[in-house]
Amino acid sequence: MRFTTKTMLMALAGSTMLAGAASAELTGDLKIFLDTSNPAPRATMEAMIADFQALHPDLAIETTIIDRDAYKTQIRNFLTADSPDVATWYAANRMTPFVNAGLFEDVSDLWEEPEIAEALASTKGAMTIDGKQWGVAYTYYQWGVYYRKDIYDELGLSEPANFDEMKSNCQTILDSGRKCYTIGTKFLWTAGGWFDYLNMRTHGFDFHMELAQGQVKWTDDRVKQTFANWRELIDMGAFVDNHQNYSWQESLPFLVNGEAAAILKGNFAVAPLREAGLDDSKLDFYQFPEITPGIELAEDAPTDTFHIPANASNKEAAREFLRHVVSASVQTEINNGENLGQLPVNSKSAVDDDKFLNEGFAMLSENSPGGVAQFFDRDFPAEMANEAMQGLQEFMVFPDNLDDILKRLDKVQERVYQ
Amino acid sequence: MTAIDPTIAPAKSERGWYKRNEIAVTPWLFLAPAILFFAFYVIWPIYQSIAISFYDWDGLGEARFIGMDNYVELMDDSAFEVSLWNNLKWLLFYLLAIPGGLFIALFLNQTVTGIRIYKSLFFFPFVLSQVVVGLVFSWFYLPNEGLLNNILGFVGMGPINVLGDPTMATYGIIAAGLWPQTAYCMILYLTGLNAVDPEQIEAGRLDGAKGWKMLWYIIIPQLKPATFIAFVVTIIGALRSFDLISIMTNGGPFGQTRVLSFYMFEKALSEYGFRMGYGAAIAVVLFLIMLVFIAYFLWSMWSEEKGR
Repeated sequence: MRFTTKTMLMALAGSTMLAGAASAELTGDLKIFLDTSNPAPRATMEAMIADFQALHPDLAIETTIIDRDAYKTQIRNFLTADSPDVATWYAANRMTPFVNAGLFEDVSDLWEEPEIAEALASTKGAMTIDGKQWGVAYTYYQWGVYYRKDIYDELGLSEPANFDEMKSNCQTILDSGRKCYTIGTKFLWTAGGWFDYLNMRTHGFDFHMELAQGQVKWTDDRVKQTFANWRELIDMGAFVDNHQNYSWQESLPFLVNGEAAAILKGNFAVAPLREAGLDDSKLDFYQFPEITPGIELAEDAPTDTFHIPANASNKEAAREFLRHVVSASVQTEINNGENLGQLPVNSKSAVDDDKFLNEGFAMLSENSPGGVAQFFDRDFPAEMANEAMQGLQEFMVFPDNLDDILKRLDKVQERVYQ
Repeated sequence: MTAIDPTIAPAKSERGWYKRNEIAVTPWLFLAPAILFFAFYVIWPIYQSIAISFYDWDGLGEARFIGMDNYVELMDDSAFEVSLWNNLKWLLFYLLAIPGGLFIALFLNQTVTGIRIYKSLFFFPFVLSQVVVGLVFSWFYLPNEGLLNNILGFVGMGPINVLGDPTMATYGIIAAGLWPQTAYCMILYLTGLNAVDPEQIEAGRLDGAKGWKMLWYIIIPQLKPATFIAFVVTIIGALRSFDLISIMTNGGPFGQTRVLSFYMFEKALSEYGFRMGYGAAIAVVLFLIMLVFIAYFLWSMWSEEKGR
């Protein structure tokens, strides 16, 4: 699924020539590969690139949009064979294979420029490997509990502040004949979200990262403690039955129909839930509550990124494009509710006036002292993440298999991190 | 002036090399494209897969030679063991398509009004894409809303979650696969039944054969060529089972419905995979299993030809 928008962009560029008092004279070709294949992100990106084209009329920009899932495998080919000048990807550990293989350009020089160094400080950690920066972030989004406000009101519940309240809320919901949480684990990663939060709340961000880096064994008692907390919820019957059959999209109807009261999910769940008829009076958001008192709260906030491949031919123009993407005004524009509907990475840009974006932004900037994780399958090495998420799914269906699962994961860990 | 012996030289140049060797060369010329393509697209990749299976390679960086380590790891890999057993289940239960197809074919082998419509309706699942079949069956199996559980509830049996239960899921997928495969076998037998010799049936009838005896001693032996083809396509279909698994369970729950081909894909090419060497090692094992059947098929075709 490839679409070339070059012709359209050229036409656009032509029509905006008059306004183009370009500051820098960039010339040559600029090949941009995007994985933003969903309709809204795609239109957003195309509009943003058109703006960039207008600023640099002498640049021949060629945009290729590749299906998001196909992109994950194709990137390995095009980075080595026929490299674009700019490509999208994900932050943190997901970059590691390409950084290690020398396929991403070191862009630490960009990060030394004052505008970027100050305004993008919050995502610097996620873009850093071996003390160097390998790209820039262009959007991120919060995770948290999205719940049915009307059901909570009906049962007289309020947003839980700690694990005990979370459980007692859940018991009330169960007694009313509903499930507390909907989840679809067919594609495994949703269970990773639950583990992220339970582990970060039980032992904190640093411990979670030590586990991600293979410094802690899966059979460690502290990890077992996390699973024990999880098991309390499972044994209550907090999660919908047969979740192993559903994708995350298929798990949403439980929430929409009021058969389940909440879902732990990223902000991307809001759009389909609104479309299904849950307006802001019925849908609300709270931060995953504290479990171990005193542990600093940390959040999952997956970050999507732009990189310059090492084999790019027009790195000068590519750098200029990266500067353009992360500039305050562009960040405000592309992340607003009509476009990506996510959070801007530039601290000087404005967050769109949307209930969930505001809550998420406040949570991540003020109430996440522990740190910001990317997500289970982005923080853990790919192979470890895959095996572990299978184990998490198995645990959610057969909690008694836990010891067996953890032993298996120890074995995988030994091999993956050798 | 040199004297030329007119009898020898012209005779040689009259017929070119090709003309002289025409009979021997022409068949090879006709075969050449096929041989080239086969060598390039089949033999060479097989060789490459075997070669890669001795390396530790993520598809990007340097490949590291590790000898038999991938195979040693396979021996100890419980997911591989599960996949192998599932392959065996597929091989065994997928063969049910053959008797199934035979009985539908016998049932449809009659002349009543509209039989063509019935035949095409029975053949219809085979025309469907495997993806569609997988989707339809996963809806059929849905734990709450699915048709299967509605039917079970009607006769007073509890709801079952076929695809969510690790012990049942593989059988559930095989059942879905049997639907189109039975149709395929049916069409093979329908053509086979057209070729059954009516005189032999007549003779059998005179000798008092009917019912099962007629079927077993008179009809089935004459259907042997059809049975052979049905066997071949069913075995190959069982070993190639991939789309249904990918659509219906994605290998889950927790990897219990994987077969070798799916496991290879997951290890080598999926989002979290890229262990090319390990994937290649799985592919080699799958290839060896297929080789057993291919050898058997070739051998039986060869002996058939020799017997003629």
